[in-house]
Amino acid sequence: MADEDQKRPQSKAPAHKAAAPPTDNVKLQAGIVSAIAQADAMAEVSRVVPAGEPVQLAPNHELSVIGRRVARLDGPMKTTGRARYTADVYLPGMLYGAMVSSTVPHARIRSIDLSKARAYPGVKGVYILQHISDRAEVRDKKKETPSRYPIVRFAGQPIGGVAATTQAAAYEAAKLVAIEYEALPFVTSVEDARRPDAPAVYPAPAAMGATAGGGGGDEDVPQKGNVRGPAVGPDGKGRGSLERGFADAEVVVEGDYKTQVQTHCSLETHGVVADWKPEMLTVYASTQGTATVRDELAEIFHIPKSRVRVITEYMGGGFGAKFGAGNFGVVATALSKQTGAPVKLMLTRKEEQLSSGNRPDSRVHLKIGAKKDGTLTAMQLVSYGTAGVGTGAGAAGPTQNMYKCANVRTEEYDVFTNAGPAAAMRAPGHPQGCFALEQAIDELAENLGVDPLELRDKNDEHPARREERRIGAQLCNWSGRHKAGADSGPVKRGLGMAQSVWYRIGDTNSHAEVRIGRDGSVEFMSSVQDIGGGIRTVLAQVVAEELGLAPADITMKIGDTTFPQGPSSGGSQTTNSITPAARNAAFQAKQLFLEDIAPALNVHAEDLAMREGKVFAKDNPANSLTFKQACGRMNTEEVSARAKRPDDYKEPGAHGRFITYGGVHFAQVAVDTETGVVKVEKVWAIHDCGRPMNPLLLESQINGGVLQGISYALYEDRVIDRNYGYVLNPNLEQYKVIGSRETPEIQIHVIQNILGLSSTDAGGIGEPSKVPAAAAVANAVYNAIGVRVRSLPMRPATVLAALGKVKGMSA
Amino acid sequence: MNRFEWVNATTVDQALASASGASSFKAGGIDLLDLMKDGIASPSRLVNIREIGVLNGISENDTGLRVGPLVTLTQIEEHPLIQKKYRMLSQAASHIATPQIRNMATVGGNLLQRPRCWYFRSEDFHCRKKGGTHCFAQDGENDFHAIFDNRVCAIIHPSGMGVPLVALDGRVEIASKKGKREVRLEEFFVSPAADMMRENILEPGELITAIVVPGTDARTAYYKQGEKESFDWPIADVAVALTMQGSRCSKASIVLGGASPYPYRAKAAEAKLNNAEITEANARAAAEAAMADATPLAKNAYKIPVFEAIIRRTILRAAGVTAEGVAA
Repeated sequence: MADEDQKRPQSKAPAHKAAAPPTDNVKLQAGIVSAIAQADAMAEVSRVVPAGEPVQLAPNHELSVIGRRVARLDGPMKTTGRARYTADVYLPGMLYGAMVSSTVPHARIRSIDLSKARAYPGVKGVYILQHISDRAEVRDKKKETPSRYPIVRFAGQPIGGVAATTQAAAYEAAKLVAIEYEALPFVTSVEDARRPDAPAVYPAPAAMGATAGGGGGDEDVPQKGNVRGPAVGPDGKGRGSLERGFADAEVVVEGDYKTQVQTHCSLETHGVVADWKPEMLTVYASTQGTATVRDELAEIFHIPKSRVRVITEYMGGGFGAKFGAGNFGVVATALSKQTGAPVKLMLTRKEEQLSSGNRPDSRVHLKIGAKKDGTLTAMQLVSYGTAGVGTGAGAAGPTQNMYKCANVRTEEYDVFTNAGPAAAMRAPGHPQGCFALEQAIDELAENLGVDPLELRDKNDEHPARREERRIGAQLCNWSGRHKAGADSGPVKRGLGMAQSVWYRIGDTNSHAEVRIGRDGSVEFMSSVQDIGGGIRTVLAQVVAEELGLAPADITMKIGDTTFPQGPSSGGSQTTNSITPAARNAAFQAKQLFLEDIAPALNVHAEDLAMREGKVFAKDNPANSLTFKQACGRMNTEEVSARAKRPDDYKEPGAHGRFITYGGVHFAQVAVDTETGVVKVEKVWAIHDCGRPMNPLLLESQINGGVLQGISYALYEDRVIDRNYGYVLNPNLEQYKVIGSRETPEIQIHVIQNILGLSSTDAGGIGEPSKVPAAAAVANAVYNAIGVRVRSLPMRPATVLAALGKVKGMSA
Repeated sequence: MNRFEWVNATTVDQALASASGASSFKAGGIDLLDLMKDGIASPSRLVNIREIGVLNGISENDTGLRVGPLVTLTQIEEHPLIQKKYRMLSQAASHIATPQIRNMATVGGNLLQRPRCWYFRSEDFHCRKKGGTHCFAQDGENDFHAIFDNRVCAIIHPSGMGVPLVALDGRVEIASKKGKREVRLEEFFVSPAADMMRENILEPGELITAIVVPGTDARTAYYKQGEKESFDWPIADVAVALTMQGSRCSKASIVLGGASPYPYRAKAAEAKLNNAEITEANARAAAEAAMADATPLAKNAYKIPVFEAIIRRTILRAAGVTAEGVAA
């Protein structure tokens, strides 16, 4: 932490007043505050604010704790190995679980013989799943031949599990479960699966329930063969008339873009420790949703939610794939119930790569028409992609939601294949969609003879992105950018940019409780889980700001469904959802506290303020007590308040607005045109996420998004053998993830975009930070070599083929 | 992983005496344990040789460099003598795997690695190298496979140290219960056509006891091109040793990795440089000659331009000529 951030600046903010009275026309300040902005553009806006809300926070530079670079409270625990992750949980008498998975890509199971597995020394339980979750199901069950066991639809599909006294015994016994398969024909690629004569992954139309943060989707989507669609885009099927739009166009660009399957690669695999007791099921889970895991297990095992407790103390990454109980969670819970002992079951890396989710691939055809002055007249997108045996492979989001255009039509098709199901992954559909859209916009700019930023300024009304383009252009010296392919010599440099669109998603089922104790302790409680973004620290900042304390003064109790229900962490919604509940709870607890101790200071509660660890009379700061002294004067052992996140404040007379986050990346690359190797040298990532709550943590997440995006752009690719249907690289050796030597310099700038929508005005950054990264690299590659690479990953084979340097291959 | 017996050997004789038909020697264990975890190797006994002092150490005498097989890749990378006089070995070692793996992996183990072919490594494929009848790479996902000698089995030899060691005409000393022998590394590796079930001539129960590299005044350079720089296998790597007489090259040694089932001596390229000056044009001609007889599979023809570029550049780098437009 920088020194300047450790000092508590003298706050210029007005002392906190009592709750704003209920009114339908509160004047709030909103706008962009940016160190590099041309002018801070705060203006007055009108909002309907519910009764009891605390007054609007001042801009960050006037606050004490919020907006500061507060280091992660749990950093020392993590770096010294004391943080207890799910895999670190050991309970008395605990057994070790191992999954049994299919070894064929498509089959009916004739029989399963458990006798050898049961007889293996140390084995205490064996369980076979009756139902497979996290994949599509045939809608009309009558259309599928009944089967005693779930049909195997991909190699690596969970079948059941084994619990034993040692992990080694569990793994060995799992191999002894003898399964007799009746093989069925299979298909693994989008191209093959689209053929009319392709083997059917499902014998009749299938659907998959929507999952938190993406994945799955609507039920009533047409399906022909393996092709399901068109799914309806987020904004309906489109707007305006394509015919008219393209008739009005003076310039048209059209292209085909292809992206690969990416896996989540969380450092911590999926897993649980399940402890079934008659009175309470306790599950330690590596999850993005303690509450969603609780709800799912309660439903599957027919027990009340109140008798399921899910705990996530620390989490080693999720990226969208860790919301539900998972097949492994059901297996572990069933084995615990069966054996009467706790069961730990962590997926192996291979199981993780095969069955726990992925980002679907995409084949996007995109056509854009524009006037000579750059005005977009029409946008048409048709996408096919495979989410394996799941759904959710759309890529139309950016085309629907980034630019102003009167005539837009998108058609998204899911193509079933015999491969592991997709799961939500860091902005589902958007890195794919941006890879196509942002290259097409650049191509259009070139055809029109205008700068790509100028074309975006003309068609993009998002105020934050406009500012972000300006800031980024200044930081990367955009005006010094050369023409495409202008470098001499075999290694050519290029500069490119691309934009993000993501949505302000929030969950009003977000509750928090704050307690103040007579001994001076302050507790914060919510089941919200810290999946690595740092919400534990941000929530401590929110409570500390309200109570005039330091973040370390707050005891954080999160990641446990014993506490008030928090949001799941997906859709970049966590900070937006839970920080207003936290502030409101702290604000209400403060009211109770001040009312309780006001007599001790001989003033009315509303005349008291809390700042810098003190409680004092606003008109006479000398009349004060330290916070701890004040607590000691309480007339009760504890005051506490609980708050639920209200809806976003609305404009008077208006319904909720559709609000998006921006985000613009600029990338500088070096392309070796003889070896085809692309190296990203520098990235400038300019973002907005409402009020930035903690720049240090934001930068950490943005670094991660940029790196995961570059890794997607250049290296990662799940490879399936098309002849046999097996994934060939289900490991972190041959599935290639970005490493230290590929890490570019990353310069980050986050603007404050105060919207006047909640008591914290916080937003999210997880997804926007990844969305434009691959597209920015692709546009930089074009600027370097003068040839468009429309296929990911941009590995040497792809780049050399695009350059026409591989005999018998083209891009 | 199967159950196995563990024997700790502290002398070579003890190690050799402990070896049996179904045993494996274990040095760093990096590849062996992966093979066991993946169910590809299932030795009933592991003879741990890690504690045998005489198999460790780096020394030099009149004839050249002597490296114990237990020397780690980190030691090769950092040893001042190797950095000064056998620099190519240190360059190669520094680009293998990760720092953590290099701290454990031994040079002997590096030479003896089994192929990284993803069909060979997968439990789901019973390929020729595992006693099956089919090479699944032939009509499968062969992006990273061999471009020479690839019709029976398309593995590439994974040893990053084998490439420069062959280029420097290194030898291995081998011991067994029957006695000792010494073999040139170029003759140490075995093609699938000669023997499908192994990648070198080592017989069961034989142990590498030293790696010997003759002293050299050749100008050398090594270069590895992966898709990534950190933790990746090469698409292509090349070791070049040029013995110069005045401005002409009297002997060129050019060995390729990532090209064939064994470190591949690019004889056609060497011939182009013998008695030639090292110029950009001659280096280019040598690189193209190296690739003239390549027989790429459906998805790996891209390796040809990659090899052409890195062979040319590495020849020029060895000779001290800066390649045009590329930082040396």
